[in-house]
Amino acid sequence: MKIIKNGIFYENPVFVLLLGLCSTLAITTKFENAYLMGICVTFVLIGSNVIISLIRRWIPDNVKTPVFILIIATLVTIIELIVKNYANDVYEVFGIYLPLIVVNCIILGRAIVVASKQNVGYSALDGLGIGLGYTLAIMLIALIREVFGSNTITLMDSISSLTGYRAIYHVFPENFIPISFLVSPAGAFLTLGILMGVFNSIRKRRTT
Amino acid sequence: MNLIHLFLVSFLTENIVLTKFLGICPFVGTSSKEKSAAGMGGAVTFVVTISGILTYLLYHYVLVPTDTVYLKTLLFVLVVACMVQIIEMVIKKWNPKLYQNLGIYLPLITTNCAVLGILLLNITNQYSFLEMLTYCIGSSLGFTAVIYTFATIREQLEKRDVPEYWKGYPIAFITVAIMSLLFSRYL
Repeated sequence: MKIIKNGIFYENPVFVLLLGLCSTLAITTKFENAYLMGICVTFVLIGSNVIISLIRRWIPDNVKTPVFILIIATLVTIIELIVKNYANDVYEVFGIYLPLIVVNCIILGRAIVVASKQNVGYSALDGLGIGLGYTLAIMLIALIREVFGSNTITLMDSISSLTGYRAIYHVFPENFIPISFLVSPAGAFLTLGILMGVFNSIRKRRTT
Repeated sequence: MNLIHLFLVSFLTENIVLTKFLGICPFVGTSSKEKSAAGMGGAVTFVVTISGILTYLLYHYVLVPTDTVYLKTLLFVLVVACMVQIIEMVIKKWNPKLYQNLGIYLPLITTNCAVLGILLLNITNQYSFLEMLTYCIGSSLGFTAVIYTFATIREQLEKRDVPEYWKGYPIAFITVAIMSLLFSRYL
């Protein structure tokens, strides 16, 4: 429990560690994309943490990084094939950002800091905690950007071929003009900057 | 003419850092010093161009004929990792001071989203060889330009009186937002 809380709050990958920001900013235009990306990243994170922790004794120190990257790349290729097969629309929406999970620094970072030193149980929990922290963070960013940027919340749209129905909700009354600036790249940076400042102030007040 | 257009687009209006969000980690990490920013940019440009040529050849003459396109992520990562290893050895020998400055970020080029991102975009956009080369050079020079500019801005920013909780990264991201506005076609 403590490990998971640590991942969500004290070592939140997006707001505190500043890792894995590319996908964070790129796909958070819709709420749906955020949680789907969160699931993919969490899966890869737990998988790589468990595998690396299992074989950590047999990996020589000087080829550590290449071995880790190969393991992560294999897991990502598996995810890529699954998503392409079962939810092609999602595959199209994610584009290059799905294969780019390979170079998401969170995963390699956790492999080096945690999985290559701790036992399997701890590594798996750490993967879950960090994955959850990442997912919650990007869901928050996506929520803000979508609600104010295009006045909708998309729960299911591109995975509707898998679940069978769509769910897109409007938030504000019709005469509200969406701030389309927030959906643009610049809006992504601004949202992240402001959220980071707010998160910082909450965290520092708690600890002192 | 087309190539010049592609170069300008990849360099300015579709800058990989500011519009595609690639390479943010080294962008905020190394950019607190001008010199290491320039060094990082140079290293990235070199790695991207060489591995762009390599992956182009591998993709079109090995993966496509053998029908194993789904292996591209794995293969590209391997190519980049090898290239970075070579560059690291070269810089360590020729310019030990630069090597010290780049520190942890040199091996991290392997996990630089910008490098792998450009290589994957070459394939998804179905560029020809010359277009591929232009795109590689254009976007990695774009990366260098933006990271260098940002480093100089940040050095000034450190001297200013920023509210306590907003020091460091939060204010840096807000600065990037303004830069991104300038580069995009919004204005």
